[in-house]
Amino acid sequence: MLKYTFGRILSGLVTIWFIATATFLAMHAVPGDPLMNEKATTPEIRENLARKYGLDKPIAEQYVIYLGNMVQGDFGISFTQQNRKVNDIIQDHFPVSAALGILAITFAALGGILWGALTALYRNQLPDIIIMFLVILGISVPSFVFAALGQLLLVNINQWFNISLLPVAGWGTFAHMIVPSLVLGLGTMALLTRLMRSSMLEIVNEDFIRTARAKGLSPSRIFFQHQLRNAILPVVTVLGPQIAAITTGGFVVELVFAIPGLGRYFVQAVQQLDYTVIMGTTVFYGAFLVFMVILVDIIYGFIDPRVRLK
Amino acid sequence: MLDFDFHDIEPMTMPKILILTLLIVTFANPAMAQSVDAAAQTVKIALAQEPPQLNNMTATDQVSIFVLGHVMEGLTRYDRRGNLAPGVAERWELTETSATFWLRKDAKWSNGDPVTAHDFVFAWRNVVDPKTASQYAFILYPVENAEAINQGNKPLTDLGIEAIDDLTLKVTLERPTGYFLKLTAFVTTFPVQEKFYRATGSAYAADSKDILYNGAFRISDWVHSASLKMEKNPNYWNSEAISLEVIDAEYITADTRARLNLFIDDKIAYTQLDGETYKDALNNQFRIKKFVTGSVYFLEYNYRPERITHNKKLRQAIQAVFDADEFVNKVLQTPGNLPGASLFPSWIMGVNKPFRQEYPAAVTRPDLAKAKQLLREAKAELGLEAIPPLILLVSDSPTATKQAEYMQGMLKTKLDLDLKIDVQTFKQRLAKMTNGDFDIVGAGWGPDFDDIMTFGDLFASWNLNNRGRYNNPEYDRLVRKAMNSNDPEVRMAAMAGLQTIVHEDAIILPMYEQGVIYLQHPKIKGMRRTVVGSDPDFTYARIVP
Repeated sequence: MLKYTFGRILSGLVTIWFIATATFLAMHAVPGDPLMNEKATTPEIRENLARKYGLDKPIAEQYVIYLGNMVQGDFGISFTQQNRKVNDIIQDHFPVSAALGILAITFAALGGILWGALTALYRNQLPDIIIMFLVILGISVPSFVFAALGQLLLVNINQWFNISLLPVAGWGTFAHMIVPSLVLGLGTMALLTRLMRSSMLEIVNEDFIRTARAKGLSPSRIFFQHQLRNAILPVVTVLGPQIAAITTGGFVVELVFAIPGLGRYFVQAVQQLDYTVIMGTTVFYGAFLVFMVILVDIIYGFIDPRVRLK
Repeated sequence: MLDFDFHDIEPMTMPKILILTLLIVTFANPAMAQSVDAAAQTVKIALAQEPPQLNNMTATDQVSIFVLGHVMEGLTRYDRRGNLAPGVAERWELTETSATFWLRKDAKWSNGDPVTAHDFVFAWRNVVDPKTASQYAFILYPVENAEAINQGNKPLTDLGIEAIDDLTLKVTLERPTGYFLKLTAFVTTFPVQEKFYRATGSAYAADSKDILYNGAFRISDWVHSASLKMEKNPNYWNSEAISLEVIDAEYITADTRARLNLFIDDKIAYTQLDGETYKDALNNQFRIKKFVTGSVYFLEYNYRPERITHNKKLRQAIQAVFDADEFVNKVLQTPGNLPGASLFPSWIMGVNKPFRQEYPAAVTRPDLAKAKQLLREAKAELGLEAIPPLILLVSDSPTATKQAEYMQGMLKTKLDLDLKIDVQTFKQRLAKMTNGDFDIVGAGWGPDFDDIMTFGDLFASWNLNNRGRYNNPEYDRLVRKAMNSNDPEVRMAAMAGLQTIVHEDAIILPMYEQGVIYLQHPKIKGMRRTVVGSDPDFTYARIVP
């Protein structure tokens, strides 16, 4: 188990190095000058800025300096907010994205497992058809549509009943999180429902289920202890990357609901060619994704002992 | 081995969680405060983005300037009617060669220290210091040696600013600058206390505690990208004149629809609209207000010799078919925009009246026959059978693309001219503009200060913002003439000459003067919209019951 874990971590580090290098090269290949702004500046001022950010050095040297700083956990200073460290940006805004993401994934996982199991139980009956229809809707409609619709619905509810049921946007209390996290988790919930359904259907006809039935176990015991537990394995596999995707992919939801998450910085940095923030957020997200995948692999080892033996 | 048994979970748990959640929501969320409060004199708003730079010496963007205009103050300021009024300086004297300011004794920083002449000397030196790399350093170029220092040719101490004593500031001018006082109301020229600045180091203005305030308000709470709260500054010298207690930017989002939703829900008291949200605002029967922002939008040509747009007849042909009225009515989706006619917007002041009333811009009525004739002449001059496709460089905003498509269709049907639209993101468009990688570029210009020169020198040969490299000695001569005079008659006559050149030479194709539409809570009185500086200005606003 230890050797297995160690191997996974090592390959994870190589992946992160690869992400950092690829982002660095791609970013510098994008046309445009990060130091340029709407108002033209004199060559002298541009030179001074270039020196401040180390862009006056050859690209190979910049890369070496960059990797050195990265290993020490220093991502430098933002180009757009010239008095803010990228580390501070990540520290201030990732917890927001994470809190939102965790709630979203909780909704998604609970809902996905529940609906998935239900559709399998009522296969080809009305509940199955209704839920699967909603699932297709959830998978195919992008989150910005749900975000806008969700917000509009809230505004209308508040107007009709002349109450403040839930805040329309903003951040700070648990009430602020409910609608955005539902919207954010919807796609994943749909995905997990489908996954759970097919995996449940596979298991329903397995020998050990038939044995359990033959032994006279109660249907609820068969459902919870035998079917659910075995069917949940594929769900756990995708849960890791999904957590990473949800906590990092909330740009639109953050924008619509005015949430101070890291996703906004991630996207805006690319538009602004903010080199240090692009690198910082990409490497951080990359590392986070790799970490989640490794974590899932290890948890998988606990749930399914066969994995460790391989 | 982790032993996790699903049997442990009771089936009742899920409903229980749901009920619990609902209870939390219901009780944690009593009737929330509304967007305005007359008793507490509080107004809630949303910012379009996190202010990227609250260091006034380097700030350039609208949101930062909006905040800074409320929390800091320069030597002069704008009063509730929009006239220049005393700020930190009680009185002043402006001559052709110098400006002297006498500072008030009761101007204080938010830590209680007095605001002194030294704070201005420190800040201004810092602005022109090439190491600071401030993009707005040119604002101070009328000060003696500022430009030379900014280009690294003279030491900082050569800057023409001197603290005679704590309360007397003397500025030596490089050349006569009639509008110099207006510059002292702009954020770039605001004071900074050296002691405090040095103590915060590179983190100056990174957080609310990292700034010293001397304005009508101070930032009491700033959660990055989430909210920014400004409270009345008790140390402000004129705090009796300030009615508002709190300006609370509780939301930060660039999404105009989200902001409209917040307005409908009475969570914010002011929001700007765009083409998309305009109709919803109408449907909600809100009273829509209009404001001309002061910016002009135009097509700018490339004058580099290898580009065929350097041919005057070609530019004039395009000018002769363009109908600004049709453009504003058909293409722009929101009301409030004015058809473009000149480089100078209609609000710019002349000698006594608006410049455009004193010197009306030439009117071009679309004339297809003339345009076709001009195009034939252009082809003859260029020795071309047909004009090759012209590259029109635009930004990637939906409005810019729509405008470009209109031009493409119009020129094709009327003149059989082909336009190739090159849509680029912000930084890429800038890079292409600077490198001259275009024939025509969709551009705009907003005023940096309240004087005609902020537009006038745009196409001077030395201006770095003249990206098409237009070069005309007569244009340059007129700009210099206006720059070196304090006499409004002389200056405006020179600018009228520029206006004529812009039109006759078809330097640009003026498209429109930008107007915006917005919603404002009816209980807010005295909120001032302004074309330069902090807009909208809530300084003298109040909430009526």
